[in-house]
Amino acid sequence: MFNDQIGKQSTKVKNAVERGAVKKFAEAIGDLHPIYFDEDTGRLSRYKNNIAPPTFPRVFDYGVIAGLNLPNKGLIHGEQTFHYKRPLVVGEDVYCYSKVKNYFEKKGNFGQMGFLVLESFGEDEAGNVIFSSTSTIVISEAVRKVLVK
Amino acid sequence: MSTLTQLQIGESLPEVQLEPVSRMDLIKYSGASGDFNPIHTIDDEAKKAGLPGIIAHGMWTMGNLAKLFTEYYEEGFVQDYSIRFKGMVFLNDVVTLKATLKELQDQNLRFIVEAVNQQGNEVLKGEVVYHQY
Repeated sequence: MFNDQIGKQSTKVKNAVERGAVKKFAEAIGDLHPIYFDEDTGRLSRYKNNIAPPTFPRVFDYGVIAGLNLPNKGLIHGEQTFHYKRPLVVGEDVYCYSKVKNYFEKKGNFGQMGFLVLESFGEDEAGNVIFSSTSTIVISEAVRKVLVK
Repeated sequence: MSTLTQLQIGESLPEVQLEPVSRMDLIKYSGASGDFNPIHTIDDEAKKAGLPGIIAHGMWTMGNLAKLFTEYYEEGFVQDYSIRFKGMVFLNDVVTLKATLKELQDQNLRFIVEAVNQQGNEVLKGEVVYHQY
């Protein structure tokens, strides 16, 4: 039922890698290493600045994919990947968008399961990709039936 | 600080055992990540969703697991990080984080990474490719 969404994408949204947000995120994942928040450690590092943890892109706004209506309940996060050209640096702007990479259905333990693969990107101001990520969202038959109504 | 370059294939990074998962951990992650799905914080919502209780965000566990690599930031960075969420993490679960070097290709170290609960069940499994400068 999401087949016709494949290839659709959102408009880019400018996000900042905010110092406070990085620290709060590092705290929340129990990874309070000084490279994420201590300015001296950042300055003396090869990055000349603080960096963000690899899963930090979870906080970014990727914009809205027009026509893709996902329920806010009943979704299962099945898989997640990140690919980096370099770590994200505190203070930089990242331009983020998402697209529907794939949708397929498979028979599973709970009936016909739907798998929606969203691919997201973070680019620098010049349009160079800094990171890409994929999220595989599992949508059960029961949830899809509610969506059709 | 130890270094990744001395690691042999089949050897592991020091394991990390997390404190038992608390509601506050998940409230904090909700706030920091912006993922306010209530099945992670509110008992009634978790029950309505057919769960025995609130569960951790998969991304909370995935975020935690990445810290095994943080201290090596001068040597390289996590180039690829891919995870399959295999089991749910409940309140008071004790999660252990592991990474074992599987392969060395040029500047890339390929690790098998996993998080297991106190019963020894995998809650998350995947790979990290660590790119060395």
